[in-house]
Amino acid sequence: MLDGPISPSRRAYIGTMKLLCALSVLLVCALALFLIGYVLAEGLPHLSWELLTTKPSYLSDTIGILPDILNTIYIILATLLIVLPVGAGAAVYLTEYASDRRLVSVIEYAAETLSGIPSIIYGLVGMLVFTGVFGTSLLAGALTLVIMNLPTVMRTTQESLRTVPQSYREGAFGLGAGKWQVIRTVVLPGCADGIITGCILSVGRILGESAALLFTAGFAHALNGFFTGLASPGATLTVALYVYAKEQGEFGVAFAIAAILMLLTLAVDLAAALVGRCFQKRRTLWITRSP
Amino acid sequence: MGHKRRLAENAVHGIFLMLGLVTVGCVLLITVYLVASGIPAIRQIGLVPFLLGDTWGSTAAQPSYGILPFILTSIYGTAGAILLGVPVGSFAAVYLAKLAPAQVRSVVEAAVSLLAGIPSVVYGLVGMLVLVPGIRTLFHVPDGASLLAAIIVLAIMILPSIIKVSITALEAVPKEYEDASLALGATPIETYFRVSVPAARSGIAAAVVLGVGRAIGEAMAVMMVSGNAANMPSLFESVRFLTTAVSSEMAYSSGLQRQALFSIALVLFLFIMLIDAALALFLKGRKEGR
Repeated sequence: MLDGPISPSRRAYIGTMKLLCALSVLLVCALALFLIGYVLAEGLPHLSWELLTTKPSYLSDTIGILPDILNTIYIILATLLIVLPVGAGAAVYLTEYASDRRLVSVIEYAAETLSGIPSIIYGLVGMLVFTGVFGTSLLAGALTLVIMNLPTVMRTTQESLRTVPQSYREGAFGLGAGKWQVIRTVVLPGCADGIITGCILSVGRILGESAALLFTAGFAHALNGFFTGLASPGATLTVALYVYAKEQGEFGVAFAIAAILMLLTLAVDLAAALVGRCFQKRRTLWITRSP
Repeated sequence: MGHKRRLAENAVHGIFLMLGLVTVGCVLLITVYLVASGIPAIRQIGLVPFLLGDTWGSTAAQPSYGILPFILTSIYGTAGAILLGVPVGSFAAVYLAKLAPAQVRSVVEAAVSLLAGIPSVVYGLVGMLVLVPGIRTLFHVPDGASLLAAIIVLAIMILPSIIKVSITALEAVPKEYEDASLALGATPIETYFRVSVPAARSGIAAAVVLGVGRAIGEAMAVMMVSGNAANMPSLFESVRFLTTAVSSEMAYSSGLQRQALFSIALVLFLFIMLIDAALALFLKGRKEGR
């Protein structure tokens, strides 16, 4: 039939390419499996109730990571509180209000530039700008993270705004609603899951961030409430991992933190996938419903 | 429409406009602060001795501020990571985009997004305890914390972005191209590598550039595995990157030394801007290529 003779050199080419593909994919999978397996195997045995619920004590020579866990939660909350309204608002402006093409492209270019800047530079600028005003504190760290995560929230909200059918807006306008009313009652509820996706991605990024926090939020391990915590320096889990591993040689604790971070990363991945699936479902619903 | 309501609408419009301009403000803020704090040291040291000086001794009695070792290390390290990461990443992307059964693809994509989500300090930690001793025993060098260790860690860290962007590029190749090639008697594999990959080249180039940006900007993981001595780059020597030069001395720096660190950050920023421009070029090429 059509399966005519394939010359040996072609056969060799096909074989080599197949082999290289298989090897690459196996390597990627092996790396992911090894990393997660190794970190969990090294870290989980060092996890204990005591480690999770105490603060480090020089007197009894123990290490606890409760302050670091709390600091991480505080900084995530503070960052999201600021970045979600700003990012979503910027996205609403771009898709609903902006009429000047040039302005839109300037804003989008700025967002792209922001997402390409390495975190160490954010850390440095955060140190220059925010620690001058607020001192080395979680708040200074959170403000730095706000700038870093702004493009992410903007992009996910924008993507979801584009899926809100134009007919919904027209319907609302037709009923006599003003622009703001349409945005408040039709557009914003419609892009809720875009904001949630942005929120999840930001949490993932904040969990993993260290270089930007080293010089803005500092290394302290003090146990504080939310507002005192924001005003005082504190290490997040990643920064604590770095300090314990690199400066103090406490590899057990470092791996325990790494294991926690790994599990949280998995949870974030899962959450993003779930929201993505809901998103897909809703979009198909819309497409079938809209004329 | 009532006068009051129009006023409120305009106010809301204004608020959203301000929120939209926040990103532009941030970019300006970062640029202005970096340039303003980076220029003084370069002025004092001189542009040529700063960029091309081959010794960095910021704490020596007779301090010298040459950052050529950092620049070269960053370039070599990034090039090495690209050399290792791009072939693996693009072959994996071809497999995932074109050949993989749906179930395999979703499993591998989960693995890739896991790799993307792992914090850089965790890469650094594993590199410190697995890779560094491994290099020491494998190559019989006194210390495994070296450029090679950094290259391997960076190569792994850029894999996810290369794979994801390449997959998108490969999937955007019009099906007609592939159908035509198949109809002319090429096998699927030949079609994917001789038709799809060349057709997706600007997207894959964008993936590579993105990887370059990631690799050159990475600080923490590199800091933990590269040894951090200000040597000229060599595969088995302890080296310092542009990023780690900034972060390793910032905590205790003062005076001209501190200003010089800001100048290093400015150089890094310029590198990133160049890379961004290249990325924009490739993405534009992709749009026009269709």
